[in-house]
Amino acid sequence: MGRKLMNGNQAAALAVKYSRVQVVCAYPITPQTSLVENIAQMWAGGEFPGEYVSVESEYSALSYLIGASYSGARTFTATSCQGLAYMHELLHWAAGARLPIVLVNVNRALGAPWSLEPDQLDSLSQRDTGWIQFYCADVQEIMDTLIFSFRLVEQTRIPCMVVYDGFVLSHTYEVVEPPLQEQVDHFLLSPPSRAAFHTDKPQTIQAVTDSRYLSRVLQERHLSMLKIPGIVKELDHKFQEIFARSYPLAEGTNLETADTVIVAAGSLAQTVKSFLNTVEDRKEKLGLLRLRLFRPLPKDEIASLLSGDNIKKIVVIDRNVSAGVGGIFAQELRALLQGIPYRGKIFEFNLAGGIDLTPAMMEKVLQAISEDPGSEGKIIWGVDLQ
Amino acid sequence: MINTLVGDFSREEFMLSGHNACSGCGPAIAMRFIMKVAASGAVVVIPASCWSIISGVVPLRSLKTVVLHCPFPAAAATGGGIKKGLEAVGDSRTQVIVLAGDGGTFDIGLQGISGAAERNEDIIFICYDNEAYMNTGTQKSSATPYGSYSATTPAPKVKSDPKKDIMEIVAAHRVPYAATATIAFPGDLSQKIQRALETKGFRFIHILTPCPEGWGSPADITVKLSRLAVLTRLFPLYEIKNGAEYKLNFLPEDYLPVNEYLKPQKRFASLDKLQIEHIQESVENHWKELCCKTGTRK
Ligand SMILES: Cc1ncc(C[n+]2csc(CCOP(=O)(O)OP(=O)(O)O)c2C)c(N)n1
Ligand SMILES: [Mg+2]
Repeated sequence: MGRKLMNGNQAAALAVKYSRVQVVCAYPITPQTSLVENIAQMWAGGEFPGEYVSVESEYSALSYLIGASYSGARTFTATSCQGLAYMHELLHWAAGARLPIVLVNVNRALGAPWSLEPDQLDSLSQRDTGWIQFYCADVQEIMDTLIFSFRLVEQTRIPCMVVYDGFVLSHTYEVVEPPLQEQVDHFLLSPPSRAAFHTDKPQTIQAVTDSRYLSRVLQERHLSMLKIPGIVKELDHKFQEIFARSYPLAEGTNLETADTVIVAAGSLAQTVKSFLNTVEDRKEKLGLLRLRLFRPLPKDEIASLLSGDNIKKIVVIDRNVSAGVGGIFAQELRALLQGIPYRGKIFEFNLAGGIDLTPAMMEKVLQAISEDPGSEGKIIWGVDLQ
Repeated sequence: MINTLVGDFSREEFMLSGHNACSGCGPAIAMRFIMKVAASGAVVVIPASCWSIISGVVPLRSLKTVVLHCPFPAAAATGGGIKKGLEAVGDSRTQVIVLAGDGGTFDIGLQGISGAAERNEDIIFICYDNEAYMNTGTQKSSATPYGSYSATTPAPKVKSDPKKDIMEIVAAHRVPYAATATIAFPGDLSQKIQRALETKGFRFIHILTPCPEGWGSPADITVKLSRLAVLTRLFPLYEIKNGAEYKLNFLPEDYLPVNEYLKPQKRFASLDKLQIEHIQESVENHWKELCCKTGTRK
């Protein structure tokens, strides 16, 4: 297999082609545009045999895929920030209707004010819509997670959002190993070839319900969601057999020895990892917990990764803020740690607005939490450290 | 001109009794006719509207066909997606019929309709127009006519703007087929559904469907009101092919004054003589335009 240089959006477009998607429907928005343009190019050149439909809005794009998915087709869309927010009503609908749709969201800050920065609030504020969410850390992972997702959604009938940072991953070139078509075909189910309903079999889909029935539906969705971490693990074994690459639900680095663990998602975790590798001779022993599967949050996995007595401090890096509460990853982690014996401190380091993480900034944060233990409970703002 | 009264209808019922419509519901009558012509081999897409209730609350259902519900503004795009999805999995036969209210067509659904019309999506979009948001209790829509009260245009601040001309909006997209119809002319309605079924691409049918509850009209004159709407020329019956070829389907022998139509409806109760004259005048103007486009002389 030839290794290739490509950016996140190109990798995503290729994954869509390899996954034999039947209907792609999208609306352009920076920094997602080159992804859909790439698919359109392949479509125009006959390389992508599925349908590519340009519609008038993100609202219509997801409505269109809900329709195509009702019919049984394999579907894909991609968006970012305002576009994802505009899809909100349909995100709930797709999850409620148990439609196996795969969506890429390229993280970008939501206005106002206008910004192109890779803030994560766009996807995080959709966390309760009932979609699976993966946060990718590099370009290879974008391609692999997307291919993986088409299998996952068709097996579980829960839609999946694959998330990565705008520009930092969408437009940055890395060396990746594209799969062979046979490998992808082997991993995925064969593309649907029959309609999901028949006109000679009358049925009503998603009609009005009473509270008792609805409560069962919601309970069922919740229970199905709880099974996702286990299913992802199983499918990952299969993925590894075929592609010789494997992805954890959540990734730990140096957690057996660390006294201070930095928690991050997406490309921020890569930045932290290189920080761990380059900085020697320091008084803290540093570790990293990378959040990858965020919905559902793999509770047992994370609890066990953080269960060592060696861990005294956790620093959660959030590139988002829920105004009046704080970083969303920090919030989620605090809730999760309620259930386990971790008694250390949790610090919040916030890069909302898309602030870039630098080694110098990382040093300042570590210094701040060691000099001022009282900074637990306060937010350390990246913008104050620049 | 047309077989205006009786149509050639199947005896089979696709709309079952015991449904949730109010008595005298125009949209229910319209659906019964539509289904008789189109139900076999078609799926029906319904956005939020009275029809999302009439079609049945789980575990009941009133339509003997496949019904797919979708969010309020999403009907046209969902319909287009269903058709595209069916084709993608090898079914190019099944017809997709979207049935939306005036709110889901003139207002919140307009973006999607414009997009679907521009792409010439292969669907039949039927708007049943009861001239307000009836499912939520008679709030005004942009299909509510001048002079009508509604829960959000209560007297004396009744609606002061004219009804939006949805047919012209759709025709401006140069779609293959667009038509108006009413339940008072079932033969005409049935022919139009049939013509739509035989045409490919985006097809649009605008059906006026009185709502006794919202219009403040007796439940037993729903069909009569539909007829009066045509005879007063408030709601002419016509077709537009490819956005340009207009055809008038029914020319009343005598033009009835608009008040014949307005009088039995409480929603117009606050209208004074001048306002009624204003409505008559706008009917004459619209009619003149339509005669010009259809080449009608009378
Ligand atoms: C986004 C959104 N806004 C508002 C509503 C509430 N709503 C449901 S049906 C409806 C009115 C529908 O009016 P129309 O399309 O004319 O159909 P009708 O009820 O008259 O049959 C409204 C406002 C909704 N379901 N979704
Ligand atoms: Mg209405």
